[in-house]
Parts: sequence; structure tokens; C-alpha cells
Amino acid sequence: MSRLSQALCLSIATLALMACSKPDGPAASGDLVVKIGTSNPLTGPQAHLGKDNENGTRMAIDDANAKGITIGGRKVHFELVSEDDAADPKTGTIVAQKFVDMQVAGVIGHLNSGTTIPASRIYADAGIPQIAASATNPKYTHQGFKTAFRVIPNDTKQGLELGKFAVGKLGAKTVAIIDDTTQYGQGLANQFEEAAKAAGITVVTHEHTDDHATDFRAILTNVKAKAPDLIFYGGMDSQSGPMMKQIKALGVTSKFLTGDGGCSVEFITLSGADGEGAYCSMPGMPVEKMPLGPDFKQRFNAKYGEIQDYAPYCYDATNALINAMQKADSIDPAKYLPVLKTIAFQGVTTNVQFDDNGDIQGGVITVFKIHDGKLSAQETLGGQQ
Amino acid sequence: MDIFLQQVINGLVQGSIYALVALGYTMVYGIIELVNFAHGEVVMVGALVSLSVIERLVSRGYTGWPLIVISVLVAIPTCIALGLGIERVAYRPLRRAPRLAPLISAIGVSIALQQIAALIWGRNYLHYPDILPKTQYLIGGAVISQVQVVILLSAAVLMAALWVLVQRTRLGRAMRATAQNPAVAGLMGVDVNRIIATTFVVGSALAAVAGTLIGAYYQVGNHTMGFLLGLKAFTAAVLGGIGSLGGAMAGGLLLGVIENLGAGYMGKLTDGAVGSNYSDVFAFLMLVLVLIFRPSGLLGERGVEKV
Repeated sequence: MSRLSQALCLSIATLALMACSKPDGPAASGDLVVKIGTSNPLTGPQAHLGKDNENGTRMAIDDANAKGITIGGRKVHFELVSEDDAADPKTGTIVAQKFVDMQVAGVIGHLNSGTTIPASRIYADAGIPQIAASATNPKYTHQGFKTAFRVIPNDTKQGLELGKFAVGKLGAKTVAIIDDTTQYGQGLANQFEEAAKAAGITVVTHEHTDDHATDFRAILTNVKAKAPDLIFYGGMDSQSGPMMKQIKALGVTSKFLTGDGGCSVEFITLSGADGEGAYCSMPGMPVEKMPLGPDFKQRFNAKYGEIQDYAPYCYDATNALINAMQKADSIDPAKYLPVLKTIAFQGVTTNVQFDDNGDIQGGVITVFKIHDGKLSAQETLGGQQ
Repeated sequence: MDIFLQQVINGLVQGSIYALVALGYTMVYGIIELVNFAHGEVVMVGALVSLSVIERLVSRGYTGWPLIVISVLVAIPTCIALGLGIERVAYRPLRRAPRLAPLISAIGVSIALQQIAALIWGRNYLHYPDILPKTQYLIGGAVISQVQVVILLSAAVLMAALWVLVQRTRLGRAMRATAQNPAVAGLMGVDVNRIIATTFVVGSALAAVAGTLIGAYYQVGNHTMGFLLGLKAFTAAVLGGIGSLGGAMAGGLLLGVIENLGAGYMGKLTDGAVGSNYSDVFAFLMLVLVLIFRPSGLLGERGVEKV
């Protein structure tokens, strides 16, 4: 290897190292160090959402450290361990094993249902509490694991409410369903299909793509031939944004509805003017209407910029862990895990309290419409909070 | 609306992008028998550079096709410099090494480029401004947009130009000679290093154009966009017969059409048992079938003139 290329390789390696090290502020000696893991896709098409989740968790940890919490008579320093699972189920389980080996006190995540569900078994075996803040596939909390919690309403609820909304508010009689064949996307699409059929809508076709695709013209051409009143997409913003453009380019006039994965700033940016009039839903309420939303938004914006999607939920999930540790006066998962079921505190998104499965109690779904390049809240569904 | 025609048009557009990228793979393979796995990343850099240029100029009030032309004129030299750099740093030192070594360094370059792009452009999806007219034409019941027409035409012109370059010029003759036997070509007075570098220049320039066209077509860019595209284009090159120019063009177009028809008709043919999510499976199944009956690809022949 020539000297030039050696120098180049060295500098690239140094750069990569520099990019990896994330100083979390020093812990004073004598402090009890508590590691909290979070696993999200930090590379690949969903990296923007992964970073958003990481930042939400980081903010909760920074806040807790600033407060100077003591547990068991010792001052506690929380430390964030953030790993990249690339939204890949296999990598997700590797990360989970790594967290177990590191003996983290608890885990926030993973971002996707597809990574959360396989990883949950590993945490359950190790007895480490896991709180999902964005994985909405119902299956996650229904596997009988005592360690699995979730601070966001799941897709049974979302699919059901969206099915009713499609009939009641959008007046749809026929719908074409597209999903990205992930645990989340397909899960939500199937829940929606069930609810839509129950509400009397005819499903004219159910097409599939994947979570890396950029060209949807083939399936959209099929959809166009069926001329449905509504297109429902189960999947993430990185697909639904470009899909929206192609829908308009092919001259399809159907209305468009998608779930929480497509209800982000990114969707609006990617779909541009073609996104106008599209509907999307988010579990919970718009940030502005959340109990502590406005304050959270202001502080988050100052520190990390726009909220993409789930940062407030990650913030609450992290606080739920910390809250349980404080209440149990222990950082030992065996001691504070039973307490997690009994906590109740005012979070940013809602009053955090878990049901018997580990799902958040109550929970509403808000439908948004893209209007003038902004998400404008239409109505909040299923509200008996 | 004629669905079949619509699917074929969409397939041809997608296929001509595959073909432009596949040419980069096939030319390099033809000359130094290396699968340049970093080629997809060169396309990605081309797309992102042209996006940056477009963003700068849009804010100054420029719009329309001239903007695309300016951006491609910036992207081409950038990609050429990148292609030459990759060849110089990652492949030339390993030219006499076992064949596995340059392959590994190609994968390494690919990962490094993705991460460097992530540092420069960030990890978010980048959005291309709406600058192109959304004019559409109707052909026999199918819709074809102006962007699609431009992609088809520019790919056809570039491929024809490349054909002339390789078959009709002195440089092309030297390239064909080097592909046949680098040692003998060197003895006949061909500067082999220069010819190999030229191959990377041409391949990278095509990659820059492909990147810009992809950006204009899908209006979205990301540091990972090159990976899957590279894989598909490589498949197209193998399908057509790797090392053969005509093969890469035919393979690219064919793959695009197969994918679209597969996604469009799979569900209907199998009565819903196998859905549109299997369009990639369908494409790779075709590849396997072609390779079983014609191991060297559709247009590849043993001892074919490779470039």
C-alpha cells in the first residue's frame, strides 16, 4: 500500500472513531453509574427517526442527571448507551445480547416492531425491563413477558380507529391497501383491513413493497386500474413520501391515509406539494396538546431541532424507568421491575400508567391532515381517557 | 388505461437507469475482472452532489431543465475524480494481489463512502425541489411524464455514444485490446494504466448522469441509496453477460421491465398467493434461469470482446 493510501485510511479511521465517541459528561467518582440502553436504526433509511428517539432518551437522561437523583443513599449518574440496530431484526438481537452482557439497568426501544419483538425475548430471559416507545405491533406485549412495556398505544387500536375514520369521515367505499411487509407495516395494514371490512368497505387490492424501495409505480399502476376511493399505506415516511409523488405523477386521484410511521415532518418534506391533503395518524395527541408538550417541544427544539415522531414517547419511557428505580430505591432490575407495573406519573405525552400486559393505559389516536405543508390535527379518536 | 403498456413504460425507464449503472460494472469487469462494488456509491455521490448544486441555484431563482444540466456538469467531474481516486487508492496497489483482495477493498470503499456521505449530507432523506415541469403525454392509454421521456432519451444517447467510443475510436481499440490481454496490449504500446483509468472515468461519468437522473425522477436522495441500486445494476450486468457492453444495456432494460411486470401481474397470475412483494424474487429467479441455460449471460459469450 502506498504511503498516500495509508495516510488516507488512517484519517478515515480516525474520523470514524471521532464520530463514534459520544461523551456523556463525566461521572464524579463515588457516584452510582446506571447504564440505560437504547437501540434504534442510526444508519439506513430510518436513521432520522432513530436519531430522534435517541435524542428523546438522551434528554430524559440529561434532565435526570441535572436533578441529582439519589437511590439507596448514593448519588446516581445515568449513562446512555446508544446502539445501532439498522432496523434489522437480526442486528436487533445482537444489540440486545450486547446490552445483556453489559448489564444495562433497562432498555428503551427498539424503534421498529420488527426489531423489538425478537429482542424482547432476550431481555425477558435476562430479566431486564424494556420499554418500547415507538414499536406499535400489538404482539410485542402479548407474548407473556414480564419485562415488556410500551408507552405508546398499539396498532389494534390504531387500525380500528382508522377503519372507522375511513368510512365515517372520508366516506370511503373502496380501499387499496399497501404495506411494507415489516412487522409494523404489515401488522397495521392487516389491522386496518380487518376494521375496514368490518365497517363495510371493499378492499379492492392488498399490495406489498419493502422498507428500502423507492419505486412504487408498478403497484400504483395496479391500484390506479382499480380506482379506489382511498389508498391506505402501512409503513414508514421514507417510503410514503416518494410514494405520494408517484401517486400524483400517475394521475391517481384517490385519497391517501397512512399510520404513525408516515406522520412526520419528513413525510411532508419528501412528498412536497403532492402531500397536500394526505391523512395520517399518530397514537396519542399532537405535541402541542400533550399535557407537557409545549414545554418539551421548546426545550427539544433548542437542543436538537425539530421533533420527527417519537421523541416525547422516548422521554416518557426513560422517565418511567427512572421513576420505578426511585420508587423501588434500587437499580437492580429484579427489585424495580415489579414496581414498574405500579408507577403512575404525569409524563409529557400522557399520564404514564401500564395495564396488565404492559401497554399504556387509555390512549387515543389523532388523525392529521397535511395542510399548507404542516400537520394539522383533524380529530382525536377513541378518547375516553 | 392500458395497464400493460404503463408497466412496460415504467419498466423501461427504471431499466435504462439500471443500464447506465450496469455499464460501469461491466466495463471495469471487462478490463480488470474486478466487481467494483463501490460503483453504486459513486452513483449516490453523483445524485447528492447534483442535489446540493440544485439547492444552491434554486434559492437564486433558477429553475427547470437548465438547472439539471448545470448540476450534471458539476456532478460529472466530481464523480470522475472520485472514480479515479478509488482506482488509484484501492485497486491499483492490489492489481497483482489475489482476486479476493481487491473485492474486499471494493466493499471497504463502498462502506467508507456511505459513511463519509452521511457525515457530509447527514442521515436524513434529502428532498429534491420541484423544479421540473410535470407535463405528461398520453400514449395508447398510458401516461408518460416529461422526466421519463428525458431519462429514456438521455440513456439511449449515452449508450450510443459509448458504443461509438468503444467500437470506432483509437481509444476504444486500446480498451478492447487491454480487455483481451493487458500484457500483450502493453507490449503493443498501449499504456495499460491509462486505459484502466479511462475506464473508471467513463464509468464514473455515466454514474454521475445516472445519479442526477435518479434524483430528478424519484426526487429523494440518501446516503444509502447507492447500495440496492448497485446490487440491481450488478444483477443486470450479470443477466446480460458481465463484460459485454450490449449485455449491460439489454440486461438493464430487461431487469427493469421484468421487475415491473412481476410486481404488476404476479398477484393476478397466482391468484393472490404470491403478491407484488415478490417482484425481486421474480427478477432473481429470471437471473438464475438465464444463468442455468446461458452461464455467461444473455449476450456474453466465451471469448467475447470485453470492455
